[in-house]
This record gives sequence, C-alpha cells and structure tokens, in this order.
Amino acid sequence: MSILLDASTKVIVQGITGREGSFHTEQMQSMGTKVVAGTSPGKGGTTHLGVPVFNTVADAVAATGANASGIFVPPPFAPDAIMEAAAAGITLIVCITEGIPIQDMIKVKDFLRGYPSARLLGANCPGLITPGVAKIGIIPQRITMPGPVGLVSRSGTLTYEVGSALSASGMGQSTIVGIGGDPVLGLTFRDVIELFEKDPATTHLVVIGEIGGSDEEHAAELLGRGSRLKTVAFISGRTAPEGKRMGHAGAIISGNRGTAKSKEEAFRKAGVAVAETTDDIVGLLK
Amino acid sequence: MKLLEYQAKEVLDLLGIAIPAGKVARTPEEAAAACAELGPVAVKAQVPVGGRGKAGGIKLAGTPDEARKAAAQIIGMDIKGFKVPLVYCETALEIEREIYLGFTVDRDARANILMLSSKGGMDIEQVADESPESIARLYPNPWRGPLDFELTQLVYDAGLGELARPLSALIKKLYRAIPELDAITAEINPLVVTKTGEVIAGDAKLEVDENAAWRHKDLEQRYGGVVEGDPYEVEAKRRGLTYVSLDGEIGIIGNGAGLCMSTLDLVQRAGGRAANFCDIGGGAKAEVVENALAVILMNPRVKGVLMNVFGGITRGDEVAKGLVHARDNLKMQLPLVVRLSGTREEEGRRILKENSIEPGASAWEAAQKIVELTRVRA
Repeated sequence: MSILLDASTKVIVQGITGREGSFHTEQMQSMGTKVVAGTSPGKGGTTHLGVPVFNTVADAVAATGANASGIFVPPPFAPDAIMEAAAAGITLIVCITEGIPIQDMIKVKDFLRGYPSARLLGANCPGLITPGVAKIGIIPQRITMPGPVGLVSRSGTLTYEVGSALSASGMGQSTIVGIGGDPVLGLTFRDVIELFEKDPATTHLVVIGEIGGSDEEHAAELLGRGSRLKTVAFISGRTAPEGKRMGHAGAIISGNRGTAKSKEEAFRKAGVAVAETTDDIVGLLK
Repeated sequence: MKLLEYQAKEVLDLLGIAIPAGKVARTPEEAAAACAELGPVAVKAQVPVGGRGKAGGIKLAGTPDEARKAAAQIIGMDIKGFKVPLVYCETALEIEREIYLGFTVDRDARANILMLSSKGGMDIEQVADESPESIARLYPNPWRGPLDFELTQLVYDAGLGELARPLSALIKKLYRAIPELDAITAEINPLVVTKTGEVIAGDAKLEVDENAAWRHKDLEQRYGGVVEGDPYEVEAKRRGLTYVSLDGEIGIIGNGAGLCMSTLDLVQRAGGRAANFCDIGGGAKAEVVENALAVILMNPRVKGVLMNVFGGITRGDEVAKGLVHARDNLKMQLPLVVRLSGTREEEGRRILKENSIEPGASAWEAAQKIVELTRVRA
C-alpha cells in the first residue's frame, strides 16, 4: 500500500520530448511506472520512449485514460501546463519545474479551486515515489526500499539523504513525497500527513521541514490532535541568519512563525520527536 | 529584487500615485543643488533594508550647506552590511494624518493580501500584534484584481470611510504593480494625508519576484546594480551561483538548499562557523564546483572548505574527479573535507583519498573533521 501513487496509476509526462523530460521518463519507466503517454505540442502522433505523444493533455487522457501527470516544462509554460492537466481531468499533477513566478502560482492555485479532485504536488519539488512500484519526478529509486515509513519533505537532496539512511538501516518507505520549497505550492505537509494517516501500510512518519512559512506549524497542530503514526520531525536552517528584511508586510501576517525554533517547538508541543541532525532520525524512529 | 526607496517611488509615480518632490544625489554637491532647488529636504540613505533612521541614515537639511554636510556623512556609510551608494533628497510634507497601506503574499492562504490601517507611520508590527483588528485585509482575486466594492469595504473596514474615493483609487493603482511588475511585496508607510487634503506616499518599499525577471528585463536594467552589496555575493551572482555570505571561517558547498542549510547547522553544532551558504544544485557539475570553490576562496577569512554532496543520480566518481580538477586549477592549499554520496561513491572516495582530500563518512563526521582541521591552523 501507499499514498497517491500505486501500480495502477496511469501517468503522462508533459514535456516528454525535452532533455529533462526524456531522461526522467526513462528513469520512471525503468522502475515499472505505468507511463502511458506524453505531450508535446506539435509532436502529436509521434512515439517517444515507446509511448504515444499527443499535442494536448485532453487528447492524451481521452486516448489512454491517464489520471496522473509529471510536468517537465520550463517556467514560462509550466503554470499553463498545470491548469491544462487539471482541466483535462488529471487528479494527481506533479510539477517538477523550478523557478515559476509566484504570481503565476497564485493564479494557478485559484484556478485549481474549480477542480477539487485535482491534487497538485509542487512546483519546484522532486515529486514522489512508492518504492518498488512507481515514481513521478526525480527521486532516485536507488535510495529507496519498500516498507512502512511515510516520508514527506520540503527539500530535495535532504529527502534523498534521509531516504537513504532509512533504507540502509532496514526501514523501508511506503511513499516518499517531496512537496517542494516554493512559497506558494500545492499539497502541504498537512495534506500529505492526512493521507499517510489513512494508509494502513504506513506506521511511521518522517517530516523534513525548513525555515520559512508556517506549514510545519500547521502539520504539528494536526499531529498534536492525535496520530497513530510514530513520527520524527527535522527542521533545517536553524543557524541560517535572519533574512535582511525590508518592510513589515510579511511579519504582520506571519508573526513569529517561520523560524526553526518556532517549528521545532510546535512539533515538541505536539509530542513529536525532533531530530537534531539527519543522522539522528533513524534512531528516534525505531 | 528589493527596490530602493527612490526607485520604488519612481514606480509609484508611473502608476499614478502622488509622491513628494525629490532628487537623487550621488555626491554632497548634488545634494546641495537638490536642496537649493527644492527648499528644506530630508536627506535619506538609499539601502534595501529597514531601520535607516535609527542607523543615522536620515537627516533633515534646511539649507544647501546643511544638505551637503548631511550627504557627506551618509554617502558611503555602512547600514546593516550595505554601503550607501547615494541619497534621496525629498521635501518634507505637511502631515495631517498617517495611514498604512501594503500588500504581500500570504503563504498560508496561497494568495495576495492587501492591508490597510488608519494607524500608519508608527510601528505597524506592534499594531498587528496588539490590535490586529485595526488592520483591514482583502484577498483580491488574482485573475481580475480587486473590484470597486471590495475596495470600498476595505477602506470602511479600516475606519477611513471619509477617504473612500481617493483611497480606493490609490489602492487600485498600487495593485497594478502585481500584474504589471510581478511585485510580491509593496508598502507605503506612511501614506500621508496632507493638511491640504492630498494623499501622498511618504515612504515606499517594493520587492519584485526574481523568478519573473525574464518578463521585466527593463526593471533589472534600470534598477539592478545600484547597490554595492557583498563582493563575494556579487561575484557569485555573476557566476550564476546561489550564494549568501556569512561571517564564519568555514566555506560550505552543498547541493540543494535544504541539504546546504543542514550542513551549516552541522558545522555550528561541531563548534565551527560557516563563511557562506552555497547551493550548487542538482548535478554537481565540475564547472559549477570550480566556480563555487573560486568564489569561496576569494574570501581571506576562509580557513577550510566543507563540501557536502548527495548525488541521487549524479555519479560520485565524476564529482570527485571534477573536484580534484577544480582544486588543482585553483591551486587550493586550504583543508578540504568532502562528504560524498551517490552512485559509485566508494570509487569517488578512493579518488579523493588518492588526491589527499579528506572524505567524511557522514555529513556529521565531515563537519567535525573540517572544524578540527581549521582549528589546528587557527
């Protein structure tokens, strides 16, 4: 069992003919992900990496019944790609693209309110992987192993680091989800933790947060209300200097939230173990 | 990119918002000339940080001579790490009342928030803390912007009903900075109502989204490069690196922001202090590694370098070869500890050892090692 992604998920890749899209599609295919199609405007009717290419997502969905998408297109085109996927009925949209303007993402988030069954992961995220089964995105299969630990993270390489440590100590993962580090993004820690909570195959949880925003605090509030998962949290950036701030608008709405200290305290208050370093995570989880 | 006050005011002027008369001065002579033309002025340091007044960066000048002296004191002074490149000489306003107006991105709501308060001018953070209800808020629809009736409601909610028409019109103009400039934060505090009833921007802060720079090449051309920041940060930017200077002795290179931040945390835990944050991104390509090392070695305070690379798909042996090459090219003599993980990591470690670079088994071990090595040399 897993969350969001399993052996039956039919995946399309938006931007499949690009360099990144091609490389990662091959990686996804090599671990058995059911990649059913790709899209690339103007290349409809061709075949790439053994799958049919369509001009639009709607065409791809109509022909293949795809229900998930991985987006590997440059920042100027990624917002439209996300909305196109939602409008075509895709329910899991994974946007890997880094560097999308914030105002574009705010518009996308507003647009997605009209498609409540569409879940967006990212943007600027490594995607997700259900070890041994399937992945959408760029998380290396090598560092994973099937098992009971749910892992959700804002950082890319730190996710690989922790996944790798878990696997090395024999603690496999149900699903690893990278939610991304952008200020305006899709699924939050809370959303993902709620899914893990409902997944019988997940018994343990690792949350890797970082400074900024208050998604970690919200996740801690949720866990504090009672959880069946044995959880360890880690926050990176405790020694990062305070940004050279200008103006007060950000502080007015965020107050004291956002610091590593605030996040660690929120988790401790919720009864969640907080790891001092990534090396401590495995020990605390056992 | 954070615009300086005079730049932000130029933008407000273009959007049709009234600003006080003012002139930029790069020298004391120019400040004297500005005062001769404008009359009594405030001579204001132009730096992209708050707290200028407390730092002595704002002085009143009644005569050209006073303006010359004030500018001579302010230009070149250091305010929170920024060398003041120029001053803005601005006429004083006859203030009747002060209002707060701003917008920013509310990360929790994943939306822009417009904020208006009758309690402007003073410490608005304190107002937000003590009486949050005195700040009226509006989340405009991002596709169409705020509608007239929504703005009217906002103004009445802020207790500023008697100014409903001029304020609604002004907020609408300020909002244009979002769709037209990709602004992510703007603040007019105070927004001044003068004794003659005009509504004028007393101060202005504006930050535009660097991710959207490709849509606004004109902005970067016009306003980028005025502030002389940290020389290493300037060089890093030129080389396309994500780099922030810190005040310690140990240079840090990591791939991925989260991993890099956690490496700083480990160095501090081991008793050392990081000299910088440098994220070389996913692939850890040889050329990028060399660029990062070159920038870090420019800083004479650096006594050693710690590199933490977790290669997912990246090959450890290639990273190691690239690193040895970069070190030799740069003739680096300082201690270098590398924590390397990824496919073929064993081979990568062997290459490092053969070239007398210390491999660390874990990030924590590597952090302790570099702290120890730099201590011996201290």
